[in-house]
Amino acid sequence: MAQKTMIQAITDAMQHELKNDDNVLVFGEDVGQNGGVFRATEGLQDEFGEERVFDTPLAESGIGGLALGLALQGFRPVPEIQFIGFIYEAMDALNGQIARMRYRSGDTKSAPITVRTPFGGGVHTPELHADSLEGMIAQQPGFRVVVPSTPYDAKGLLISSIRNNDPVFFMEHMKLYRSFRDEVPDEAYTVELDKADIKREGKDVTLIGYGAMVHTALKAADELEQENIDAEVIDLRTLSPIDTETIVESVKKTNRVVVIQEAQRQAGIAANVVSEIQERAILHLEAPIMRVTAPDTVYPFSQAEEVWLPNHKDVINKVNEVINF
Amino acid sequence: MFQVLDENGEVVNKEYEPDLSDDNLKELMRRMVYTRVLDQRSIALNRQGRLGFYAPTAGQEASQLGSHYALEQEDFLLPAYRDVPQLIWHGLPLYQAFLFSRGHFHGNQFPEDVHGLSPQIIIGAQYTQTAGVALGLKKRGKKAVAVTYTGDGGTSQGDFYEGVNFAGAYNAPALFFVQNNQFAISVPVEKQTNAKTLAQKAVAAGVEGYQVDGMDVLAVYAVTKKARESAINGEGPALIETLTYRYGPHTMAGDDPTRYRTDDLDNEWEKRDPLIRFRKYLEAKNLWSEEDENKVIEEAKEEIKAAIKKADNHPKQKVTDLIDIMHEELPVNLQEQMEEYREKESK
Ligand SMILES: Cc1ncc(C[n+]2csc(CCOP(=O)(O)OP(=O)(O)O)c2C)c(N)n1
Repeated sequence: MAQKTMIQAITDAMQHELKNDDNVLVFGEDVGQNGGVFRATEGLQDEFGEERVFDTPLAESGIGGLALGLALQGFRPVPEIQFIGFIYEAMDALNGQIARMRYRSGDTKSAPITVRTPFGGGVHTPELHADSLEGMIAQQPGFRVVVPSTPYDAKGLLISSIRNNDPVFFMEHMKLYRSFRDEVPDEAYTVELDKADIKREGKDVTLIGYGAMVHTALKAADELEQENIDAEVIDLRTLSPIDTETIVESVKKTNRVVVIQEAQRQAGIAANVVSEIQERAILHLEAPIMRVTAPDTVYPFSQAEEVWLPNHKDVINKVNEVINF
Repeated sequence: MFQVLDENGEVVNKEYEPDLSDDNLKELMRRMVYTRVLDQRSIALNRQGRLGFYAPTAGQEASQLGSHYALEQEDFLLPAYRDVPQLIWHGLPLYQAFLFSRGHFHGNQFPEDVHGLSPQIIIGAQYTQTAGVALGLKKRGKKAVAVTYTGDGGTSQGDFYEGVNFAGAYNAPALFFVQNNQFAISVPVEKQTNAKTLAQKAVAAGVEGYQVDGMDVLAVYAVTKKARESAINGEGPALIETLTYRYGPHTMAGDDPTRYRTDDLDNEWEKRDPLIRFRKYLEAKNLWSEEDENKVIEEAKEEIKAAIKKADNHPKQKVTDLIDIMHEELPVNLQEQMEEYREKESK
């Protein structure tokens, strides 16, 4: 086993699947010779050739439509959208078309497409590069939305996504690409979709997050331990659908919940998690469920990022609120 | 390809040599030299962590400044991320351009007589907006044009076609520039499209298309001048492809051009350098000397230094500022959040 960064784990996953199934195709802007702007596809064109791994012209709507067309010919496209903010250009192809393929064919055709895209802030990118737009995609029935928080999960979840016969929107937090390493097995393995993971066990409060916020939650949990508060940390991993079973089990144990997302407060996933919990486990709650989120502004490109992004202190404050309710 | 000057600065197309005064010609050179210095300084400042987002411009001076020099103050600019020089020569104070680079919204607060928008990051978006601005100018009866820029890669976007087609359909006074610098990040233009030229994309929209030597400042100026006149005379928009090259990386955020470009190709294009070519032309007319050039370089360095200092001294952007500028009046959610972030910022 080797210590790998998340980006290496992602490359690994694509390499296994390109090898494993001739129908897998990897394409997007700069993914060929350049190996992707983050080097996620590094070496893949050399190994598998331009027929399997190729650059597209610069048009996200085109990339989305191409993916759907190729899927109709039996391929398993793994298109890359270079940065999350460019997903708007592809919204019709994604939400208006790909997510509806089963419906539009009366369940006779599928769209086994895995759209990969980096997202998330804290790395000083320009405007519309770092937004958290998962809520928008997760509102579209038909898509799975998957967000890994560790290199191990990234590889296993990406392989599962590529093998899945339905469309998956696979989001990679930019800050996690190279921030730490993890034991990643060399062989292909899968991590089950639609399953949250308990990244830390605890009994006093449940912290629910995904992507980079899992690490923020873990950091908060470490500090909370010094205050004798024992926090459980759940990594959603799949944001649509949400694994309510794992969450409810945890709530039954801790009776207190803080949901953390990097996206703006009005932007989606956390609100949905809160609704699911209160519908399924309200009698197990000792305090209102609180959220830690970014404010409802545009993502501030560069200058004010540090204050804008939720941090572990924000989480600690909210935990104290629910504990002392 | 339309050309006025060849690589040695010799006039090859006498009848199109623009009718510019000696002062105008020197001013064009001054702007190109200044912009080259600005590019070098910006790259250095970026490496020192004193700028934010930056897309190098060296190699594209003739394309950027030749086209801009043919415009008037009332023309409306819709630039892309690499087109900061045009904005600066349109009147955007340098320190604000630096603030834009750092992601500070004061960089987007243009002085009233600077008609334009902050550089567009989303490729193609500016093209459809340009059709709108141009139609607006026409409806208002103004004698002005809307001017936009994209790269060779940008011509693949749906928005590119939509923008050009709309402007054509409304006969709106728009100038659409395609700065064909041969690469869209790593993808060469031959892989971007099967079209022989990018200018020919005008044909499908029924508008004028021009392909110009983008390393020849006089050619770019002449074509723009002509296209601008036609547009304000109600003869419709134009699509202008300038054949140029970016010497540097795509942006300063980790792009490595050696992964996709060869030294031979770089050298070939550097031989066509717009500054060398135009310098030769001016020197032959006795209009430019080493001394003139050094003066511009010194002046540019001084102004850049002062501007960066001014940018440094500008109050830092806060989250509460962002909350404040989301709406005209703060909605309740943001009122609450204003309090919260005031507290967070006070710590
Ligand atoms: C809609 C959209 N897709 C992708 C990008 C990422 N991106 C930024 S610049 C670029 C290449 C642009 O090339 P070109 O249009 O030739 O202009 P140049 O940078 O060469 O001036 C890409 C793919 C973006 N900013 N917007």
